[in-house]
Amino acid sequence: MYDAKYIVPGLALFLGIVTLPLWYNPLAGRTDQPPVLEYPEGQCVVAKPLMKGQHMQILNAWRNEVVREDSRYYVHPDGTTREKSLTGTCLGCHEDKAEFCDRCHDYAGVKPYCFDCHIVPEGK
Amino acid sequence: MAKTTRRGFLKVAGAAAIGLGARPVLDAIASRVPQAVPVPPAPALTARRWAMVVDTRRCLRERGCRECVAACHSKHNVPDFGNPKDEVKWIWKEDFEHAFPDEGHEFQAAELRGQDMLLLCNHCDSPPCVRVCPTQATWRRESDGLVMMDMHRCIGCRYCMAACPYGSRSFNWRDPRTHIARIDETYPTRTRGVVEKCTFCEERLSRGLMPACVEACPARAMAFGDLEDAGSEVRVLLASHVSIRRRQGLGTQPEVYYLV
Amino acid sequence: MLEKAFTGSPRYWAWIAALLALIGIGFIFWVKQMIFGLTITGLSRDVTWGLYIAQLTFLVGVAASAVMVVLPYYLHDYKGFGKLTILGEFLAIPAVIMCMAFVFVDMGQPMRILNVFLHPTPSSVMFWDTVVLFGYLVLNIVISRVTFDAEKKGIAPPRWIKPVIMLSIPWAISIHTVTAFLYQGLPARHFWLTAIMAPRFLASAFAAGPSILILLVILVRKLTRFDPGRAPVLKLSEIATYAMLANCFFILMEVFTAFYSGIPGHMDHFRFLFLGHEGLSMFVPWMMRISVGLAVVALVLLLVPRFRKDDRTLVLACLAVIASIWIDKGIGLMTGGFVPTTTHRYVDYVPTFDEWMITLMVYGVGALILTGLYKIAISVRALVDPWQEEPGRPAA
Repeated sequence: MYDAKYIVPGLALFLGIVTLPLWYNPLAGRTDQPPVLEYPEGQCVVAKPLMKGQHMQILNAWRNEVVREDSRYYVHPDGTTREKSLTGTCLGCHEDKAEFCDRCHDYAGVKPYCFDCHIVPEGK
Repeated sequence: MAKTTRRGFLKVAGAAAIGLGARPVLDAIASRVPQAVPVPPAPALTARRWAMVVDTRRCLRERGCRECVAACHSKHNVPDFGNPKDEVKWIWKEDFEHAFPDEGHEFQAAELRGQDMLLLCNHCDSPPCVRVCPTQATWRRESDGLVMMDMHRCIGCRYCMAACPYGSRSFNWRDPRTHIARIDETYPTRTRGVVEKCTFCEERLSRGLMPACVEACPARAMAFGDLEDAGSEVRVLLASHVSIRRRQGLGTQPEVYYLV
Repeated sequence: MLEKAFTGSPRYWAWIAALLALIGIGFIFWVKQMIFGLTITGLSRDVTWGLYIAQLTFLVGVAASAVMVVLPYYLHDYKGFGKLTILGEFLAIPAVIMCMAFVFVDMGQPMRILNVFLHPTPSSVMFWDTVVLFGYLVLNIVISRVTFDAEKKGIAPPRWIKPVIMLSIPWAISIHTVTAFLYQGLPARHFWLTAIMAPRFLASAFAAGPSILILLVILVRKLTRFDPGRAPVLKLSEIATYAMLANCFFILMEVFTAFYSGIPGHMDHFRFLFLGHEGLSMFVPWMMRISVGLAVVALVLLLVPRFRKDDRTLVLACLAVIASIWIDKGIGLMTGGFVPTTTHRYVDYVPTFDEWMITLMVYGVGALILTGLYKIAISVRALVDPWQEEPGRPAA
């Protein structure tokens, strides 16, 4: 190999930087686990595992249905008819955004911009 | 065995990477919540062609009335920046000369010249704004003729604002949240970088309520109804009074009529 | 071939460094715009398009003008442009990229740009504008790559490139026609609602584009050993002359229609552009008056053969053409369309300092790409053809 004395250390440095997310936290002693959330009473729109993995897609689907298809209501698993609304329905049950939504979002490092427009009611 | 060059290998690898990335995207699009048929809590107001008739003779100019504007802007979290450059307005008042620039003349009746004209989105039947929107963030709802606005899709190109012959649309040049006096929690705000306009209170219509401005007017100067219903208030008013529309010659078929 | 852009004289690198500095400074202002919103510009509820879209309009014309070199060479075998086609295409590429960049910095939600492709809207001229601009960029990259690669190897280009080049000719016309359609199809704006918008755009493009190309050729001639000869430059100047004449003629046609018909809705826009309105800034009227003055100067310098054929006066003529059209098609077109407004109000539009800095950032990016591409073209030419013969002339 030509220039081995530059290439090998350079490669090592590159690999180190690129794998930073894998070793930085364990090395710094941070062993965060995903937050354990408290759930309010009652049923959610769909079962918990589905909600956990797909609430983003569900909200997007709601968004298109309400705004573009004028389909504002859905049948909740408990039989009632409810509004497809982030502020009204989702935050109606999950009352504390900081305790419920933000904890996982902060852990995962995502910043959904829904709340730039959709209102978090006072005191939540 | 065919000879592969380094470049050829990279091309195939790139195509494979794109192919592998397609599956999660398709999965995300495919997942939707299955629904039974819901029963809405209140019957919605429906029509085949919504229209508004503004009786300008009833508008309370002398008292400086702005009830319609206040109702609309407070219910929809419309910000007030205090300067005409960043201004956002869904409904506002102009004098006759500015609302109908082609209709005025020197010897106009004083009462007409002094009267307030209420300006808002005309929800045209042939809207130029809908024609030009590159993402269909604004579209005309076929079922009832409303010109709708999807703030989620709007890219903020402002082509619709250039195309609107009535100046009905506003753009959020800056973050509106900081300049809303009292946020109404039942309606979202907008974010900077999207266009907004009067929606004929589409969300209220779905709950069986009349538009906020129509309800708020103390002089009951505004009528709102279905043009396709021969017995509706708007049809009765239009049949029995002289009415004009803004810039009618442009062929946009605006659905806001003014009784003068 | 690309490696040629990364080697150069100290002067070359000084120029690159200056451009990078310009881009860096402008970038800071763009970040400010991303944080605070487009309120930092001079745009308002009534004048919703300004400096950024003005540059888009001007640069689409420059991009389209490459066809003025490609058409005579490929369609009519005018060999004189043989050495220039690559320079024309290498001007078109950064011009189109700058067009897209100006749209990007003008958008309120640039991160949603893909919505235009995820939700195609055939009724929207802006959708078609993005499609044809992308197509033109791809066409130019492919054509310039293939033909230049072949020239470097000293062989003829592959036969399939010929129909692609033929396609680029109407495509170039179409990009500027579609951009004109953005304006001329709007019932709301009487200043823009004119059938002559597209012809006017094309005429001004074919005046400004070749003028820029002439200036670039003269600059390249000064800085390197590359010399395409006098004949192509003279031919380009003739093209620019006729195009500028057509452009000025079309503008006068507009003025006649507005003022002979006496319709206030038509006259008011012209009156505002040249006379201003009480209480408002005279920035736009002065720019328009300068534009007219420069057009007159340009026409004199171009029409008189003695001035057109002399490099020094030709440079002045080209600068005058470019500046005059840049103002007229830029700020003049934008402000004239929006003022007076739909409620017949007069509103100010003066671009802010932040707006200028972001504009300069985009121009810096374009200049950087142009510099790199031209460096490649000239370096490769120097290898292939060290004597820089003029076509048709025997070697010295």
